[in-house]
Amino acid sequence: MRFVNPVLGRRALGAMAAASLATGARAQGVSGKVTVVTSFSNDVTSPFKRAFEAAHPGTTLEVQNRNTTAGVRFVQETRSNNAVDLFWASAPDAFEVLKRAGLLDVYRPNAQGIPDRIGPYPINDPEGYVTGFAASGYGIMWNERYMRANRLPEPKEWADLAKPAYHDHIIITAPSRSGTTHLTIETILQGEGWEKGWATIKGFSGNLRQITERSFGVPDAVNSGQVGIGIVIDFFAFSAQGAGFPVKFAYPSVTTVVPANIALVKNAPNAAGGRAFIDFLLSTRGQEILLEPTIRRLPVNPAVYAKAPAGYPNPFTGSIGMPSLTFDVSVSEKRYAVVDALYDQLVGTNLEGLKRAAKAIGEAETRLARRDNAQARALLEEARALISAMPVTAEEAASAEVAGAFSGRGGPGPRQAELEQRWAAFAREKYTAAAAKAADAAKAAG
Amino acid sequence: MPRRRRADRVTTPATAAIEATAATPPRGARLRRWAARPGEAVAFGLVALFLLLFLVVPVLTVITVAFQDRATGGFTLAHVGDFLSNDLFMRSFFNSLYVSGMSVVVASLIALPLAYFTTRFEFRGAVLVQTLGVLPLIMPPFAGAVAMGLLFGRTGSVNLLLGDLLDINIPFMEGLNGVIFVQSIHYFPFILLNLVASLRNIDRAMEEAAQNLGSHGFRLFRRIVLPLAMPGYVAGASLVFIKVFDDLATPLLLNVREMLAPQAYLRITSVGLEDPIGYVISVVLILFSVLSLWISSLALRGKDYATVQRGGGGLARRRMGKGQAVAAYALILAILGLVLAPHLGLFLLSIATVWSFAPLPDGYTAAHYARVFAESSQYIANTLLYAGLAGLIDVIVGTTIAYLVLRTRMAGARWLDYLAMSALAVPGLVLGIGYLRTFFGVTLPDGTSLAAFWGMIVLALAIRRLPYALRACTAAMQQISASLEEAAENLGARRLRVVRRIVLPLMTGGLAAGFVTSFATAAVELSATLMLVQSSSDAPLAYGLYVFMQSPAGRGAGAALGIIAVVIVGLSTWLSHLVAERGAGRTSA
Repeated sequence: MRFVNPVLGRRALGAMAAASLATGARAQGVSGKVTVVTSFSNDVTSPFKRAFEAAHPGTTLEVQNRNTTAGVRFVQETRSNNAVDLFWASAPDAFEVLKRAGLLDVYRPNAQGIPDRIGPYPINDPEGYVTGFAASGYGIMWNERYMRANRLPEPKEWADLAKPAYHDHIIITAPSRSGTTHLTIETILQGEGWEKGWATIKGFSGNLRQITERSFGVPDAVNSGQVGIGIVIDFFAFSAQGAGFPVKFAYPSVTTVVPANIALVKNAPNAAGGRAFIDFLLSTRGQEILLEPTIRRLPVNPAVYAKAPAGYPNPFTGSIGMPSLTFDVSVSEKRYAVVDALYDQLVGTNLEGLKRAAKAIGEAETRLARRDNAQARALLEEARALISAMPVTAEEAASAEVAGAFSGRGGPGPRQAELEQRWAAFAREKYTAAAAKAADAAKAAG
Repeated sequence: MPRRRRADRVTTPATAAIEATAATPPRGARLRRWAARPGEAVAFGLVALFLLLFLVVPVLTVITVAFQDRATGGFTLAHVGDFLSNDLFMRSFFNSLYVSGMSVVVASLIALPLAYFTTRFEFRGAVLVQTLGVLPLIMPPFAGAVAMGLLFGRTGSVNLLLGDLLDINIPFMEGLNGVIFVQSIHYFPFILLNLVASLRNIDRAMEEAAQNLGSHGFRLFRRIVLPLAMPGYVAGASLVFIKVFDDLATPLLLNVREMLAPQAYLRITSVGLEDPIGYVISVVLILFSVLSLWISSLALRGKDYATVQRGGGGLARRRMGKGQAVAAYALILAILGLVLAPHLGLFLLSIATVWSFAPLPDGYTAAHYARVFAESSQYIANTLLYAGLAGLIDVIVGTTIAYLVLRTRMAGARWLDYLAMSALAVPGLVLGIGYLRTFFGVTLPDGTSLAAFWGMIVLALAIRRLPYALRACTAAMQQISASLEEAAENLGARRLRVVRRIVLPLMTGGLAAGFVTSFATAAVELSATLMLVQSSSDAPLAYGLYVFMQSPAGRGAGAALGIIAVVIVGLSTWLSHLVAERGAGRTSA
């Protein structure tokens, strides 16, 4: 018996090979092809593709969807023979990595009427490598059916999420996995200060149900009702509403509005086409596309809001974001990886311990609410202080010794893995002690 | 037949006699292996080159970071030391070990009845059951996770109903036990496929002889059937073990991080961080996979599973009594209901308007299918082509390696086996990055890069799925007695002709099993694909699925694409079962 492919006959296989070669030939050699690597979904890219190709007949926009990590890696690994014109994504850190690696080109688009800052955050890279084209704010999203079934009140502020009622009902992406979550954490740290900020962050983290490894996992879980409350970027909630899901969204008062960006890749095969697309994104037509129900991002051109539907959030009128807050980019940059690693070690790997301590504090609180007791209150404060304790100060986090361990450079000082081990052990010890203190408080309260 | 253990069993003379006959090939013949011939040396060289070029070199370009001193670029073991002294990693290691072991146990409990009843008895719909049994392997990325959550999650359909009716909540998808539950459902087909192929290859004469000598019932199964089917079971079980050990999708889906594979993945995929520990973990995963493979080969060592005759397609089929039949069908339906529940969930998701915090969707629509067919039909053709080619490559390479290991004296042959199996432990992203690093600089005559050629996706898929086909091919060949080949050679057949006319036809079932596992799992591979796809016209279905699943409005369309993948792979599996049956029929004629 001859061996034949059990699934496909030879003829079918041959036909398919031929068909695929044909599509391959079609894809190559078209003049005016603009290649963009993006983490945005089809829902976002398709309207732009259609409008751009209509505005520039003869050009095609070739969209390569990749998650941010794979996108950055792709541009890094293919630099020797670059075939990508544009990198288009939300996460500011991804652009930072590409910029530092010398993989981006300067382009200052000639769009009119776009301010320098949106909220506390600069829209464009000061050196001109990265251009912001839309803004998004971070906030709290929840599933109405879930909230009703569990009788949960609607949260308004980050601090609300630390209340015992929300225990085990919240989901977030780790800041090390999502540049936008990182900015939320960093904003809280800059808005409230290192010590108090971390206390707030650990406060709501003690109520987490899950820490996902990809940003879209958060709205996915809230949309399907797996988890009630998600800490997400606004358009995830708005586009879910657009798709009919029973979800709501609120901006807390301490929030950043951060730009989603686009940048020209160095040695772009079609740099002129790439620049044309950036200009198109910032044109009035391009900015208006952002208002479509499946996209729902905030335009960076304030004039475009005139065409927005009623109730559309507008960062330029101060309806979201904290005008008083200034976001210091240099502070953020210095401790970028350290903040991520601290969250991973203090919360991520110690989530069980943190949750146990938070739950014990919640139970003691409930008893105290029934009958107050000064001794128990004092114990509870001690427990809270144990949870809030940090293994490094703000100064240390930005120091060459600590930050250097995460920069990929060699040299003296501890290695990343050593620091992580130390921090994780620190947190485990504190959380265990905090849980014990809270149990004592509950006993004292009777 | 496991001779070694015979001494410590209570044996009647009758069964002892059968067991002696069961291990038919005379010792001398078994030990006298073929000397390396020029053709075999060439085959060895080609396979080694293939593995070197498309597995070893690309992976090495990435994971050498694990042993590099950051300051000097020289060799260091400091990172390995960090790994060993870190509680988290050690805990992760033992968690991974526990979950893998338990998954093998649970997966065996699911697979054994399905395999046994459908091969052993006259069972209506046996092929259908065996086909449906493969579907769990095809869990489309993201869409499958959402569907599982909607059914079995804390607020999934099952728990919502249980909460309403009985006020209880079963944590199917929590913690390590949740991982074991999902992994067993997902990967038991490895055992099922290989066991069925093995059972089909057992010579009916063995069984009849045992019956003539008075053995029957469970004893017959335990002493004759199960031992003879051991190569298939071990092949499947070792795949389940290694796959669960190396798998990251399920732990991440269930949010269990304290396992090795997710730890490696999370570290490798952090933007802008070059943390060597992630690569150290990758190296540990690879070494451990090879180690467990070696251990599983010890389990089969010193025993001979080959039988000379090839009676009419395996075990004698029996009729079941009415009560037995009802019980067997009920058991099988219950198992199939459990393992196919995720696909039911996926189907519901694909026709749902909105499905949120409710046992069933709010409404139904066909719009998602319309959208998928309008926007992404090229994905389907590409997937068939890529996964089909990858499966074919895997079966060819797998058979060659199995042949070199089992039939030649070549010293390095076993290392080829280990090398190929280590692909199971290489994270897709590492392979993808390695391919870009190795092949992007190579330009094709038309000026584009070699890494941009769609053939590279095929090769990456083939490498990633080679271990599945390899285990199936090895198990199939272990059951063929070398004396058949010697007989053919004595009659004047050249070696190549022997392989073509004797070995391959006798292996058909195993080849089909290998092809199906490789093909089915390649059809939904994402992580390496995502790195290598360079234009959506060249993209396979998994990529389209990924693109859809990144937005709320695309969830239904993603599920629809997932269902299409499942249907395609299901049909292909069914076809290859038919081919295998026909092949078996022809050989016996």
